[in-house]
Amino acid sequence: MSNTKQLPLDALHKELGGRMVPFAGYDMPVQYAAGVMAEHLHCRAHAGLFDVSHMGQVRLVPKGGAEATALAFEALMPAAVLGLPEGRQRYGLFTNDTGGILDDLMFANRGHDLFVVVNAACKTADLALMQAGLSDTTEVIAITDRCLLALQGPEAEAALARLVPQVADMRFMDVIEADHPEFGSLWISRSGYTGEDGFEMSVSDAGAEGFARALLAMEEVLPIGLGARDSLRLEAGLCLYGHDIDETTSPVEAGLAWSIQKARRAGGDRAGGFPGADRILSELANGAARARVALRPEGRAPMREGTVLLAQGAEVGQVTSGGFGPSVGAPVAMGYVPAPLADPGTELAGRVRGKDLPVTITTFPFHPHSFKR
Amino acid sequence: MRFTEEHEWLRVDGDLIVVGITEHAATQLGDIVFVELPEIETQVAKDDEVVVIESVKAASDILAPVDGEIVEVNEALSDNPALVNDDPLGEGWFFKVKVDDLSVVDEYMTEDEYQELIG
Repeated sequence: MSNTKQLPLDALHKELGGRMVPFAGYDMPVQYAAGVMAEHLHCRAHAGLFDVSHMGQVRLVPKGGAEATALAFEALMPAAVLGLPEGRQRYGLFTNDTGGILDDLMFANRGHDLFVVVNAACKTADLALMQAGLSDTTEVIAITDRCLLALQGPEAEAALARLVPQVADMRFMDVIEADHPEFGSLWISRSGYTGEDGFEMSVSDAGAEGFARALLAMEEVLPIGLGARDSLRLEAGLCLYGHDIDETTSPVEAGLAWSIQKARRAGGDRAGGFPGADRILSELANGAARARVALRPEGRAPMREGTVLLAQGAEVGQVTSGGFGPSVGAPVAMGYVPAPLADPGTELAGRVRGKDLPVTITTFPFHPHSFKR
Repeated sequence: MRFTEEHEWLRVDGDLIVVGITEHAATQLGDIVFVELPEIETQVAKDDEVVVIESVKAASDILAPVDGEIVEVNEALSDNPALVNDDPLGEGWFFKVKVDDLSVVDEYMTEDEYQELIG
């Protein structure tokens, strides 16, 4: 027997024809009957429902003032927490002492708490990190009785607004708490990881099946598996933790310096004071030695993770994520190369099954974002 | 038509054997986005990796089911790899191989035996 865990909506995934595979310790649907390509294109044209309940949901509830919690949280990551307005969400990175990335996460200021969503594979370590760093000031509460669903795509707003009308007034990275008579409390953010407009929705285990079925009953909504989730986020140029970012990549190398607000940078009110600040602040000032770049292989052969990148026959880097982009209609990839080779237009080679095939550095994203800002 | 445990089919066409993958395999692989075919006139041995199929999700190798010489490949797959999904037993064929003795195909499963395998 496998030792993977089942999602609360496991039976629904199987009923929908989900092909289940082990992922981050859970049995997860990699695709449904429609298949990866159709699911991907449907999400870009209409709306797709994703079950991301494997991810970690955590509440940070201040024991005293909210400022003490915000400052303790800031000691774990370079993002600014203090100053994040109530009702807003931000992307952050837990860093280590050498400036590498321990995980990427979302955190939302809901007034009475900070609601945090972390990656499934990192959630045990993240929880320990937050407990060690915040327990003096904050109750760190792991949420184990709620599902997390994402509804993504240009028709996501129209679909969700039938059940929760107030989502139509939200803009990108807004968060609300809504009470639904049938599905209970819904914690909704206008965000996602596909490059499309959409929502991420925390719902009680008890309310999740009814909520998912209500959305799936709508004409514009199809269930989307991990396969299309990966191709969508790849086309959007977004990083997959453990692949495109990890304990050895810094936020600056990864092109995620935008997630470090001015207050935490040199000259800011709360400059530094996060793990790895020496390296990260130095790279912000002087540039990093390497950079994460967008790669467009010539022809149709995908360059997948681990593909060696070469310049004039010498190995200069590797692909960290790559595959076929259904909306682009061609292979797309990302990886790291030395900074002098990172300019768009630079022509490199990728070694695919012993053959060196041309690949050109381009710009992110491969498919334009359509967030409702 | 005969079938391998690796979900390939073999069909005798004149003095050649045509090779492709089964509908079951095509469905399992999902949407195929790239097929790397062997060079014509390549000598292959049974179980050599001769074709690489890339789906949206992953790359898979197709093994040569027999010893022989590749004499023709399905060039249409270069521009339209989805033929493998659309018509795996027909337009989605991969290559034709010249063998010493066409009776090698008899080592492989009949359709009934294959259906039982995937049943």
